[in-house]
Amino acid sequence: MQRTAVEPLEVRSTPLVVRMVRSYQLYLLLLPTVALVFIFQYVPMYGVTIAFKNFKPHLGIIGSDWIGLRHFIRFFESPSFWRLIRNTTFLSGYELLVGFPIPIVLALMMNMVTGARFKRTVQMVTYAPHFISTVVIVGMLGVFLSKNFGLTNHFLDALGGERVFFLGKEQWFRSLYVFSGVWQNAGWGTIIYLAALSAIDPELHEAAIVDGATLWQRVWNIDIPGILPTIVILLILNVGQIMGVGFEKAFLMQNALNLQVSEIISTFVYKVGLLDARFSFSAAVGLFNAVINFVLLVSVNRFAKVLGQSGLW
Amino acid sequence: MAVTALTRQDRILNGILYVVLSLILAAVAYPLFFVLIASVSDPVLVNTGKVWIIPRGLTLDGYARIVQHDDLLRGYRNSLAYASVGTLLNLGLTLTAAYALSRRDLPGRNGIMLYLTFTMFFSGGLIPTFLLIRDVGLYNTFWIMILPAGGSALHLAVSVFNIIIARTFFMNTIPQELLDAAVMDGCSDLRFFRSVVLPLSGAIVAVLMVFYAVGHWNGFFHGLIYLRERERFPLQLILRDILIQNTFTEELEIDDENALAAMMLAESIKYGMIIVASVPVLILYPFVQKHYVRGVMIGAIKG
Repeated sequence: MQRTAVEPLEVRSTPLVVRMVRSYQLYLLLLPTVALVFIFQYVPMYGVTIAFKNFKPHLGIIGSDWIGLRHFIRFFESPSFWRLIRNTTFLSGYELLVGFPIPIVLALMMNMVTGARFKRTVQMVTYAPHFISTVVIVGMLGVFLSKNFGLTNHFLDALGGERVFFLGKEQWFRSLYVFSGVWQNAGWGTIIYLAALSAIDPELHEAAIVDGATLWQRVWNIDIPGILPTIVILLILNVGQIMGVGFEKAFLMQNALNLQVSEIISTFVYKVGLLDARFSFSAAVGLFNAVINFVLLVSVNRFAKVLGQSGLW
Repeated sequence: MAVTALTRQDRILNGILYVVLSLILAAVAYPLFFVLIASVSDPVLVNTGKVWIIPRGLTLDGYARIVQHDDLLRGYRNSLAYASVGTLLNLGLTLTAAYALSRRDLPGRNGIMLYLTFTMFFSGGLIPTFLLIRDVGLYNTFWIMILPAGGSALHLAVSVFNIIIARTFFMNTIPQELLDAAVMDGCSDLRFFRSVVLPLSGAIVAVLMVFYAVGHWNGFFHGLIYLRERERFPLQLILRDILIQNTFTEELEIDDENALAAMMLAESIKYGMIIVASVPVLILYPFVQKHYVRGVMIGAIKG
């Protein structure tokens, strides 16, 4: 970008091959990454064909027989199909509904409040849980919510309420999942909005102050429109992920008592595929999920463009 | 925002904001604080709900038991090894690739970017990746825990995301004039990367280092999928057995005195384990927070 005016002409007039040879050291720097991505990301994409085959380990992926869509049909007709779809979409829909707006509101509040030290403290503390592992978060849920020993139940007890076995109750699973996620990630989620807010031209605020606008009016008319594109992009990404809820937390929170609502597609793929070794069937379920995700992402992006917002591409 | 511009209405709003944000602050901090005080308090007092704000019956018994727990210590050592070697490898790959891609004069640069970013949105999925890893003989090895590949599409997607962050950093901080001058003096690309670019990139190296180290340390899925032997398990897998798998002790009827005491102790040790497992990460965090946030912002602005 900063090159002198002569450069582009020179670049254009030099043959491609010469420029490539001249850059061989840069390609050398890229080689390990490009190779690893090829082996571990692109090669398995060919392996997706296993979903259309009757995979026999001794025949390998290439040697196994094609059986078309039989695995998919079996999945669609299985009794767990609708339960998995419902569990997956409810869990991520709930998470999106609660978890998406909170960082936006939090960022607006952090941005509004006067007092730089106070603001920094709030940031410092609310970011911290993001660094805690999923295993520890679920472990914390366990100790805090334990029926006999947990703080929550001691509190309920002290108020004269009934002790509740939160982790063993189906109806609590989704709320615990979503709100522990809010506790862990809401603070971290503000970073991107704070960045967008800091990019808003301060002159807009100065002009509004001169015109007698209140803080509230400035938030409503300057800040929120200013971060709207960021909100839209993140919403697209999130909706595109709606069928791709993370495996770890749901898996770790599962137990025999809440499996009816906590079994989601990703945990099902793991269990059927790796524990029961039904590779082909499991791969078909995984592929079905990936395709849905992709379609969702593309359609939400198109929808955003129709609404006049800039999409991802 | 200038303070002088606040009207009376603004000051009220500001007051409300202080209260709300303070409550949020407390709600986030309290569970962490409680884990800390519970880990050094008398197990019986903790588990009967007698400890709320200040530690009572100070004791380090829990920690004494933790450091004698062989499984846990081995997991700790394994995770340290995976995290340190893995992070080095990640850093090497990310920085080299990101620098090459930051060069505007690299022929085919956009094509290679596309090749990498495509994998953020589409991957072969769990089963095909697992079969590949198994077929190439990486299953249940040290290497599978440090290679930035395989399993969840996320694992590598994060790396591609980091490549984008580092690339943006290089494009914004390494002036073209520097390269021009170096090239004029006959400096090669590799030499320029090593002697000019890297020394100027302390901030992004710190950010990426923490990014990767935390990822390795906290990772659970990778070990679950690709490791079989307990001797190789990282800390998180061991933690899961201790912290989570025994949830059902609650279903037991508690009548025996000794059993009750043992259960309370077991429950209390968990608080200490949470601390011990999170300490490496939480110690790192304040030192790098500033860089870290900046790094995320760089990536966010032009993702």
